Amino acid sequence: MSTPAIFAAVTGFDPLTGGEFLVAQNIAFAIMAITMLVSAVRMVTTGNVVHAALYLVIVLAGAAGIFILLGAEFVGVTQVLVYIGAIVVLFLFGIMLTKGSFGADDGVGGERRGIAAMVGALVLAVMAAALLDTFRDAELSRAEPSLTADVADLIFSRYIVPFEAISVLLLAALIGAIVVARGD
Amino acid sequence: MSNTILAIELAYWQQTGLRALIGLVAVLLPAGTLVYLFLFKMMSFMQSRLGPMEAGPYGSLQLLAEVGKFLQKEDLIPAAADRIVFKLAPFVVLISTFLLVLVIPAGPDLWFIDVDTGIFLALAVSSISVIGILMAGWASASKYSLIGGLRAAGQLVAYELPLVLAVMGVVIQAGTLNVQEIVMAQATGEIFGWGAIGNPFIITQFVGFAIFLVAVQAELTQPPFDMPVAESELVTGYLTEYSGLRFLMFFIGEFATAGIFSALAATMFLGGWYVPGLDPTDNLFNVIGPLVLIGKMVLVAFLIFWFRFTYPRFREDQLQQLAWKFLIPLSLVNIVVTGVLKVVF
Repeated sequence: MSTPAIFAAVTGFDPLTGGEFLVAQNIAFAIMAITMLVSAVRMVTTGNVVHAALYLVIVLAGAAGIFILLGAEFVGVTQVLVYIGAIVVLFLFGIMLTKGSFGADDGVGGERRGIAAMVGALVLAVMAAALLDTFRDAELSRAEPSLTADVADLIFSRYIVPFEAISVLLLAALIGAIVVARGD
Repeated sequence: MSNTILAIELAYWQQTGLRALIGLVAVLLPAGTLVYLFLFKMMSFMQSRLGPMEAGPYGSLQLLAEVGKFLQKEDLIPAAADRIVFKLAPFVVLISTFLLVLVIPAGPDLWFIDVDTGIFLALAVSSISVIGILMAGWASASKYSLIGGLRAAGQLVAYELPLVLAVMGVVIQAGTLNVQEIVMAQATGEIFGWGAIGNPFIITQFVGFAIFLVAVQAELTQPPFDMPVAESELVTGYLTEYSGLRFLMFFIGEFATAGIFSALAATMFLGGWYVPGLDPTDNLFNVIGPLVLIGKMVLVAFLIFWFRFTYPRFREDQLQQLAWKFLIPLSLVNIVVTGVLKVVF
């Protein structure tokens, strides 16, 4: 939560919009943010790989919720479909296929904890600085949620080159995966 | 759902409460209908027996007896199980089912949420149930459960692609993801200038309809796609260690999802709550719309259960081949053809 948002939450007065304060949205954001933070911490501290993957589901679901809260409906739904519905499922699939043990503690992440914490803190600091520097005074539009058709129009007009580049990249990755899996 | 019902203005919390209540009915009613009508009666008739006859007239109260039976059973948790994950798994499956029902409109003003992403949202939340099944399979600490969970995950991920791609044809033709607008596009559509019956997309998207039904069958892990719960190999797969109320939740989840997917298919391919010959904005549809939708849903569900009771189980490799080598290429061709025709006409 940025400083103005905390200020707004405490005082009930939102300096960005000159007084109007969205109570329901802020409560929803607070609930999701706290859940995400707790789950994220548990994800890296738990000793069980499957539990870590399940905590990751909660974090990703919270991210989808925040996208929807911001009016980016299509992005939020895509987050659910791609990350929760496919990527985490493949994580779990891989874990169960390769390990298949039911032990409570697999002793994951015991060593190198200090270095990992340092890297995490560093990334957080860099990202926080960059985001605050870029968006400190930016105001989100409180108009209607963005329409899927508008997203599509943007992708196929202004962002057509990056879109096609990513498509080719994904295709290359797909073919590469098949080649590696076949092994000949 | 509009703000006023019978000219009574409802506050936000009243609307939300009403929606939650109707959502509960919309999940449980199709599940009960399908279990009684198809699982109890139709399967029995197809196997030359009567099915339940004792509880109520024609065994119509058998459902209540079954629920009573499950509620009385002890809620067993295996000693080696991961207790929290084991307990949460059925709820995750049910959450997916309850979110799925939200997008289906039952009349011009009857909807839970009128979202722009509509059908895309439905497909996204339907994929959450895989997480619940994997949780159940892993947390049970049983090799049958684990293998069942793995098979389920492989199958559900494979068949999610044809499911999404089959819907793409409808979306291209209707030009929108919003389910209500897809219904309207069918109601106001014309077949070469002849608009008497609208344009139900089953006519132009028959390939999509067929792929959708096959993929739904696999998503529900019903025969002939029931390797995850294959009773002769895996006891009941990921359900093996579940009993009592938690088993009942999985069971309700499965049949409610069957009903909701049938309703989705009816909405996208058979015109939803619309009946030909009437004005789609007519207020009458707010009354008869739900009944029409239920009728069409039962029709689609009949097809699903007909296949369920008719065909023997696939082998695991045959199942994956059907998805990756036949259904996905076919649905891609369907999308290309639909796109070309959309531009031509």
